[in-house]
Amino acid sequence: MSSNAESEQPAQSATPAPEPPNPAWQRVQLARHPKRPHTLDYIQRMFTGFSEIAGDRAFGEDAAIVGGMAYFRGRPVMVVGQQKGRDTKQKLLRNFGMPKPEGYRKALRLMRLAAKFGRPIITMLDTPGAYPGIDAEERGQAEAIALNLREMSRLGVPIIVIVIGEGGSGGALALGVGNRVLILQNAVYSVISPESCAAIIYRDAGKAAQAAAALKITAPDLLGLGLVDEIVNEPGEGAHTDYDEAAQWLGDAIAKALDELSALAPKDLIDHRYDKFRKMGNFFVEATA
Amino acid sequence: MAWFTRKKPPTEAGGEGERHVRTEGLWLKCESCSQIVWRKTLEENLQVCPQCGFHFRIDAAARLQQLFDGGQFEIHEPGMASTDPLNFVDAKPYKERLAAMVKQGLRDAVISASGPLDGRPVNICALELKFIGGSMGTVMGEKITRAVERSIERRHPLIIVSASGGARMQEGAVSLMQLVKISQALMRLDEAQVPYISVLTDPTTGGVTASFAMLGDLNIAEPGALIGFAGPRVIEQTIRQKLPEGFQRSEFLLKHGFLDAVVKRPDLKSYISASLKFFCD
Ligand SMILES: [Zn+2]
Repeated sequence: MSSNAESEQPAQSATPAPEPPNPAWQRVQLARHPKRPHTLDYIQRMFTGFSEIAGDRAFGEDAAIVGGMAYFRGRPVMVVGQQKGRDTKQKLLRNFGMPKPEGYRKALRLMRLAAKFGRPIITMLDTPGAYPGIDAEERGQAEAIALNLREMSRLGVPIIVIVIGEGGSGGALALGVGNRVLILQNAVYSVISPESCAAIIYRDAGKAAQAAAALKITAPDLLGLGLVDEIVNEPGEGAHTDYDEAAQWLGDAIAKALDELSALAPKDLIDHRYDKFRKMGNFFVEATA
Repeated sequence: MAWFTRKKPPTEAGGEGERHVRTEGLWLKCESCSQIVWRKTLEENLQVCPQCGFHFRIDAAARLQQLFDGGQFEIHEPGMASTDPLNFVDAKPYKERLAAMVKQGLRDAVISASGPLDGRPVNICALELKFIGGSMGTVMGEKITRAVERSIERRHPLIIVSASGGARMQEGAVSLMQLVKISQALMRLDEAQVPYISVLTDPTTGGVTASFAMLGDLNIAEPGALIGFAGPRVIEQTIRQKLPEGFQRSEFLLKHGFLDAVVKRPDLKSYISASLKFFCD
């Protein structure tokens, strides 16, 4: 798939890659672009009456995940997403978009609240990944992510997931169990960051570009593997070049998905979501032992 | 799907990481207490050091042998193998890595089995650390999901013994989605009110911890097992400081409220059996 994005000069990375640029790496650069719209930029443009809900009611509030009640084109919905910061102060406040356990637990609390009152859930994925820190481990981030995966599958309301930037492994996936999984044209979704993958397989984090290509993390790759349902186009050279248009196109895709899913009864929504993920990754053969 | 009867006591292949038991010689030196231990004594003690209680790593076949009555169990999907969805190549092609493991008699990182545990029919999945670090890709996702479905259908309790570095990088986001596939199946098992006991052993990290390993009705671990989401080296690199002694070990998780119990290997079968009796009888 060709895209406008591929004509864009990628932003300079901290570790220059020795390989010539490749489409996968260019998309990684775009997904991480400093001006790329974040969850709150989309919330501001796609929703009205956003009323943020804070805290997990157990430990604290995690600003790396934002969520709350809102109206999407007049419909009441719960919106939840990972939030990166833009300036230094915000980046620190948002922990660079890396949630801690209380963030996942807040997200689950909000999603359960939505299901209780029959409100659809819209989640936006944009994180480098879970936070690799002592406190996040102490408070059981593995358990928090695991619980979200199981409990999201139990909710009887439409869940629409959009990968808007970096879909970083388990930290992203903790909000990722949807009836529809959409991905923006230049967003990526990966089991491991290209840098970490390169450090393991090439013993050189500088070979991230090569790893990005090997990992098949771009929107077209993921669509081809059957892991996402739809690619949402971005305006111009990428979503950062026109926030309003990016939000408009994404809003249209969400509206279409919501219309389709709203026809389903709660049990059918649960079964629909189940069947979708049940079929994912049928890449095996059975030889006679 | 044939019934396998293993008459021989479990032996260790060794060579895979320093915590494995070496096969050569009649005795070995415990890497924890440095005492000399007779191999025969160690075997009788389920590969736990009789002097200091150190738990040596054991492979999936030995684990099943220890848990099923008389070492009798039926293996499911023994020939299931990955088709390499990404056509992944690193130092060598992933296909070659898989082929090399087939020569060792392994097709993926989990053995899924059914059989009696203290007379009660159960399904047990045991992860195999020797197979690309016990990593979870499409085959493990499918085999465990089928084991969960089998547990629901037959109303037989499920036990998963984990030992894994997490999702399998070589299968990319396909591996990542296996976390969801298994976790949502466990939702149905939960609704069916069929018990699931998760046993975490050394090491259990990454996407395995962040999915089925933490979703048991009971989450229990062997002593001293490394358990976490992020690996200790990644954390050290991020925070640029040494991690405290015992960080991410079973006892640490128990203290922080993320394990229900730490159970020594010789007590494991009776612990599981008694718990299932409590839930089912
Ligand atoms: Zn010892």
